[in-house]
Amino acid sequence: MMSEKILYSYTGIFDTPNAVIHAAEQVSKEGFTKYDVNTPYPLHGMDKAMKLPPSKLGYVALVFGLAGTLGALLSLWWVSAIDYPIVIGGKPLFSFPAYIPVMFEVTVLSASIATVLAMLFIFFKFPNNSHPLHGTEYMKKVSSDKYGISIQAEDPKFDESLVRKLFESVHAKEINPLYWDNDEINHKNKIFEPKFLVFLLVIGIITSCTAYFTLNKLMFMLPFNWMMEQPKQNAQQRSLVFNDGFGMRQPVTGTVARGYLPYVFKGQPDLAGEKLVNPVPISKESLKLGQTKFDIYCSPCHGYHAEGDSRLRGQYPNPPSLHSEKVRKWSDGRIFAVLTDGQNVMPSYSSQLTLDERWAVINYVRALQRALNAKESDLQ
Amino acid sequence: MSMIDYTRELSVLEGKPSLRELDELISKPLETKPNKKFYIALSITLSMMGLLVIGLGLTFYYGIGMWGNNVPVGWAFDIVNFVFWVGIGHAGTLISAILFLFRQKWRTGIARFAEGMTIFAVMTAGLFPLIHVGRPWLAGYLFPYPNQHSLWVNFTSPLLWDVFAVSTYFTVSLIFWYVGLIPDFATLREKTNHKFKKIIYSVFSLGWRFSNRHWQNYEMVYLILAGFATPLVLSVHTIVSFDFAVSIIPGWHTTIFPPYFVAGAVFSGFAMVQNVLIIIRKIFNYEHIITLDTLEKMNKVILLTGSMVGYGYAMEFFIAWYSGVEAESFTFLNRALGPYAWAYWIMITCNVVSPQLFWFKKIRRAIPVMFIIAVFINVGMWFERFVIIVTSLSRDFLPSSWAYYKPTLVDGMILIGSFGFFFTWILLFTKALPVVSMAEVKAVADGAQPSHKEHS
Repeated sequence: MMSEKILYSYTGIFDTPNAVIHAAEQVSKEGFTKYDVNTPYPLHGMDKAMKLPPSKLGYVALVFGLAGTLGALLSLWWVSAIDYPIVIGGKPLFSFPAYIPVMFEVTVLSASIATVLAMLFIFFKFPNNSHPLHGTEYMKKVSSDKYGISIQAEDPKFDESLVRKLFESVHAKEINPLYWDNDEINHKNKIFEPKFLVFLLVIGIITSCTAYFTLNKLMFMLPFNWMMEQPKQNAQQRSLVFNDGFGMRQPVTGTVARGYLPYVFKGQPDLAGEKLVNPVPISKESLKLGQTKFDIYCSPCHGYHAEGDSRLRGQYPNPPSLHSEKVRKWSDGRIFAVLTDGQNVMPSYSSQLTLDERWAVINYVRALQRALNAKESDLQ
Repeated sequence: MSMIDYTRELSVLEGKPSLRELDELISKPLETKPNKKFYIALSITLSMMGLLVIGLGLTFYYGIGMWGNNVPVGWAFDIVNFVFWVGIGHAGTLISAILFLFRQKWRTGIARFAEGMTIFAVMTAGLFPLIHVGRPWLAGYLFPYPNQHSLWVNFTSPLLWDVFAVSTYFTVSLIFWYVGLIPDFATLREKTNHKFKKIIYSVFSLGWRFSNRHWQNYEMVYLILAGFATPLVLSVHTIVSFDFAVSIIPGWHTTIFPPYFVAGAVFSGFAMVQNVLIIIRKIFNYEHIITLDTLEKMNKVILLTGSMVGYGYAMEFFIAWYSGVEAESFTFLNRALGPYAWAYWIMITCNVVSPQLFWFKKIRRAIPVMFIIAVFINVGMWFERFVIIVTSLSRDFLPSSWAYYKPTLVDGMILIGSFGFFFTWILLFTKALPVVSMAEVKAVADGAQPSHKEHS
């Protein structure tokens, strides 16, 4: 059975670093190219002895580092100046000094990751646990305290007796041939094995289910309630804090909310006419407000010019004109009493018009009255 | 005694152990079943971590109102702990990257462990910004990604720089650590007879075969990573200090912060490495790998960085007076004499006074003394962050909004729990991975390198 095995390499084991360096120099001098030195840790001077060209991984770091710097700069510029231009703290949209930290971090991150991945997966073609050297006594020794050289059979200069002689001449302690294992020769990429594919599928299903559950279900379970439930009292809710059980509170006794001055002349319009004084001065603004409110609330019955020409076409009894002598002689307070309390068919407008708006409407009505009953002095 | 040959480099390892002895010694904890002491230690750290779980549970359920933070002290234990743990992480990268670039061979015995501590410390630190945001499940919004809200993060904010710095730091440290572990995984793969372990080691060693053609590229990558990690480690605490220095709060708004934070981080990190290593070398009999000389050299670094920190404290006071800014000088007097004076003087005693004892060679080489000093330094550095953050916030420009901050029970649980989290990882690490790099230590053993005499 041995004879069926295919030779991979001849290996020599050495005890000291000096011996292995010397041997490597000889192997290199003989013109072998397909050989390797295996040492438990890097030996100083071995690269020179094997005449290895300098490592090219520095270029990988350079290219990916610069790509990271530029990529970061471009994306920061695009995000801050183009896609989402928001001025923060008075800084310009493209504020380069503030980008330096992020650019630096991205440079380091991309260069480090790229260099290590390039080394492991491109330069070394890892992961590879099916190499002929694996699982051999040779590997056991060079992984701990011995130093080895392995000259491969596929080297054009390879010749069993020649290699054996070479190893003997440099005082190798052990000289052994290494053979390919059958499964190493028939090694197929395990990526396409059904077992592995099923494994990938299971991983994929588990990942997607977990992601779906987390993002769509878990995030909306307690305690992740997105502040939908808050320990606070809403209006109309029963309260456990207050004795009366109401969530809403009464204003403090004797206080008056803004704009809610109580009306004390209910049912006494004449008294109101005597006592109430219009607090809103006649101005452009108050007339404008008065006109707006009059046109909305009063004009449907009283007409745009307060002449009693209702647009309701007799569906309601027509109201009187506001240009009558009676109304013209009424004080502002008397009219206010009508707006607040209502009169005959007219209802109260206290819920539609605030105090100031009522006075503004009165000011506007005065202006309308004046327009039909101008005085001599108005012409001056 | 009087004639010392300075031309000959002293051996890093004591007792001339053979390469195989080193392998056996370092892989022994992985091949033996954990003993009773290990389980006792693990149960202690797990109980402490239980406190973390309870504290975080309360925080998540009821909100961060469970903490003592309130206006005006909006940053307190959460950010203090964050800065403390990130600082602890700095020693690992300093040992593995900066000392590597300086060709300090004594780093080999402690580098793997310190790197591991970096990773666990940054993981612990990472908890705090997440819980500090209140709803940690939304922390993904911290990262800029194209989203359905058409929103982007604020790239001019130091807090965003922090997200980049800490996550980059964690990733690069993890890569650095893993690259260093690959040859050791391969050694373990060849050593073990256990079938299941062999599969795991084979997967993680990726099929490493100690080829010199690989070693050559490997060393280049190690150099490149060290070259990147060095400015990275300096940038991380610089950016953490920007969180404060870029604001306008008196006591925070100072240009001295970046160097002073970095020195403080290395200071506290070395103290923590010192504390843990003293125990590890004893338990695992690593006295001749992690030698007394190594510990003494670490004490020298502690002395140097401790003096830099002391200089930083003095310079802050000087600038507060020299600048003539009223709010600034008040803040510093308030630190030393105000309601938080107790914290300030704990900080000064632990950070400025205690490391100065390392001027004496006897103290530098006395293990119990250096252990106690290292504990003091850790306490002091925690208080440094407390003093900076809490005293500045509790009394800022507006006297009407001044308040005295008091932590709550939940704050305390999370602080203790963070130590439990960190040490649980450390304990699991000591049993799962070689805590000393076999390949690196073997490379610096006596006679491990060719003598070059016949070749040069």
